[in-house]
Amino acid sequence: MVTLNHYLVLSAILFAIGTAGVFVRRNLITILLSIEIMLNAVNLTFVAFGRAMGSADGQIIVFFVMTVAAAEAAVGLAIVISLFRHRESLNPDSFTALKW
Amino acid sequence: MASEAALFYLFGAVAIVASLFVIAQRNPIYSVLLLIASFGALSGLYVLLDAPFAAVIQIIVYAGAIMVLFLFVVMLLNAPHEDTEFDEHLIAAAERGVGVPAERVRGTGAPGLNKAPMRFGTALAIALLVELVWAVTKGGGEAGQFAGGSVASVGAIGRSLFTEYAFPFEVTSILILVAMVGAVVLARQEKGPAARPPELP
Repeated sequence: MVTLNHYLVLSAILFAIGTAGVFVRRNLITILLSIEIMLNAVNLTFVAFGRAMGSADGQIIVFFVMTVAAAEAAVGLAIVISLFRHRESLNPDSFTALKW
Repeated sequence: MASEAALFYLFGAVAIVASLFVIAQRNPIYSVLLLIASFGALSGLYVLLDAPFAAVIQIIVYAGAIMVLFLFVVMLLNAPHEDTEFDEHLIAAAERGVGVPAERVRGTGAPGLNKAPMRFGTALAIALLVELVWAVTKGGGEAGQFAGGSVASVGAIGRSLFTEYAFPFEVTSILILVAMVGAVVLARQEKGPAARPPELP
């Protein structure tokens, strides 16, 4: 029998994978992809809780999260393109113009 | 419902393995494609959770729109591998004998630059995982049983979205508009000096 806890544990694993991706990878696009993994882990939590509580609000919040994720991806990728034009690199360690 | 449990473990395994490969790949194109596979598995999980609306918009919006946007940017930038110019400078410096040793720069795993923060980050992520799983499983099993019966039809979601959540819905449209304008402004090609208006004396 699959219970709510199964879904929560799966969501926790996915969220940790996304966190590890943000910390470990040195590529701006992969970092954005890791953020998407984390957003999806949270979406799974919302849907699972909505199912457990018998309400439609979980799926509505998922709808809003996806909209915000789309906006975030558009702006983030535009920033990535702009950074790549300046430095010809996607490594975040090469963007040190603000470092003293 | 043995088949439901089997499907849950199948989709869960696909989602976890695909996500792991997303952060293990060095080529961003493969990362994006594997993430689409992970989203497909999550969509199957939404179907198991009686949420067909979430499953469908997961495929249409995420896999169809957002990931295609990522794919366009990866192909547009034409910088497929993680080691771009910055790491090539490091490798060249290492071969001249300055900086970090060459075998550390050319490591087959993660790039050799700044290993210590990466290890720290991995340790933090593992600690987060252990903590979350412990907190979730501590609550006991009987509270997690799903109630029987269907939860919410797409019609109920639509009604709720356009009555109770009408204001957030409109705010989201403004957010999308702002994001669109911002993306165009940020990613616009800089004009060369010839295109600028002449300087005033």
